[in-house]
Amino acid sequence: MMPNHIISMRDFSRDEIDAILDRVKQFEPIARGKSSDLLSGKLLATLFYEPSTRTRLSFETAMKRLGGEVIDLGAIEASSVAKGETLADTIRVISSYADAIVLRHPREGAARMAAEYSRVPIINAGDGAGHHPTQTLLDLYTIMRESNLSGLKIAIVGDLKYGRTVHSLAYALSLYHADMTLISPKQLEMPDTIKKDLKKQGAIITETSSIEDIIGYVDVLYVTRIQKERFPDPAEYQKVAGSYRITEGLLKYARDSLIIMHPLPRVDEIDPAVDRTKFARYFEQSFYGVPVRMALLAMAMGAA
Amino acid sequence: MTEKEQMRVRRIKHGTVIDHITAGQALNVLRILGISGTTRAVVTVAMNVPSGVLGLKDIVKVEDRELEEEEVDRISLIAPNATINIIRDFGVVEKYRVDLPDRLEGVVKCGNPNCISNTNEPVTSKFAVNKKPVELRCIYCDHVISEGIAEHLI
Repeated sequence: MMPNHIISMRDFSRDEIDAILDRVKQFEPIARGKSSDLLSGKLLATLFYEPSTRTRLSFETAMKRLGGEVIDLGAIEASSVAKGETLADTIRVISSYADAIVLRHPREGAARMAAEYSRVPIINAGDGAGHHPTQTLLDLYTIMRESNLSGLKIAIVGDLKYGRTVHSLAYALSLYHADMTLISPKQLEMPDTIKKDLKKQGAIITETSSIEDIIGYVDVLYVTRIQKERFPDPAEYQKVAGSYRITEGLLKYARDSLIIMHPLPRVDEIDPAVDRTKFARYFEQSFYGVPVRMALLAMAMGAA
Repeated sequence: MTEKEQMRVRRIKHGTVIDHITAGQALNVLRILGISGTTRAVVTVAMNVPSGVLGLKDIVKVEDRELEEEEVDRISLIAPNATINIIRDFGVVEKYRVDLPDRLEGVVKCGNPNCISNTNEPVTSKFAVNKKPVELRCIYCDHVISEGIAEHLI
C-alpha cells in the first residue's frame, strides 16, 4: 500500500480536506490534556533542516499526547548531513527506523522527492518558499471553528510574494470559492501566476493597498509578517511595515464577528493591545495546530 | 506544397522529415536532435516556408535516421503542430503529428534555482504538461514554465 504522504494542498480535493477537518475536533480534548494511547508504540522522526519553534513543538506535542514517541535529527552541523549525505539517503535510512517522518527543508520540492524515497509517510512541514500544508490545514480549521468556511470573505495582509503559508492557504480557500482581498505593499504582491491559478479554481480576488477600505467587509483578517530582509532600505521597511500595522483604532470599523489570524511569530504587525479585543484569534489558531497535527499523524500512521 | 517548392528541399531515400515546425524553431529542433555544425549526417533545413495552415513554417529533413520517442516529445514542446514523416525507399511509411505527453521526465530543467531537482540529489526533473497553452508545472516545486521552453531543454 502507498504511504499516506502529506506534501501539498494541491494533492487534496475539497472533500478530502473536509474529511480531515471533520476529524480534528475529536482530538481537541486530547490536545488539552486528556490522555490517549492512540499512537502508543509508534515512532515519529522529525527532520528539521531549518529552524522552527512552533511547528516542531506542536508535532512533538501532538505525537507525545497521543502516546507515541519522537526521534529527532538534532543539530544539522552534528549530523551526517554535515558530511554531505544527500536528503535521499537520509530519508532511506530514517524511514527504516520510524513510522512517519516530518520534514522541513530549505529547498522547494524536497518533501515531494523525499516521498519518492521513503517507505513511511512524509509530512511536509515546509519546503523552502513552497508548501506548508499542515499550517494551511490548521488555518482552515481555525476559520471553520471560529468563523465560517462557506461564503467566506477574507483579507490576507502582508508579504504575499514570498510568504509560504499564504500561497497554500489561498489555494485551499479557492476550493471553497472564497472572496479574497489581497493587501500588500507593491514589492510584495502575490505573483501573477498564482493569482491566475486561484481565479481558475473559482476564487474571487480583489487587490487593494488599504486595510481601512475593507475592514468593515471581511469575516477574517489574516495578517502575515513583512520581513525586514526583503527591503534593501531600512527606512522603506519602517514606512511600509507601519502602514500595515493592525491597531485597535483600525478595528473600530470592523464587523462584530471579525476574527484576526496570524501564523506567528509576529513582530509588530499587530499591536499587543489588539490581543485583548474580541477579534484576536491567533493564539487559538496556534493551539489548533496540535489537534490538526494529531489528526494528520493518526491518519498517516493508519490509526484514524 | 507545390512541386516547385519540393525541389527546393530534395526528396530523401531513408530518414525522417519533420514538417510543420513552428517558424523559427528549426535550429532548436536540430539542437534537440544533437545535430551541430560537425555532423556527418545529411541534413536539410528550410526556414520560413509559406504554409497554408501555419502561415510560415520550418522543415527539417534528416537522412538515415528515425527519431526516438523521447526526441519527438522534446520537439512537441517547441513545435506542437509538427508532423513526423518516416521515409523508407523514398516512400512515407509512417506519418504522425507530434503529441505532447501529459508528463515529461528528464526532458526539461526546472527554472527555479532553489528547486530540489536542481541539486546533487538523485532526482530526475518531472513536469506536468498543460497543452493549451503549453505550460509545464514542476511536480516538485510547482514552478511554471510557459515561455522560452527551448532554453530549458536538458
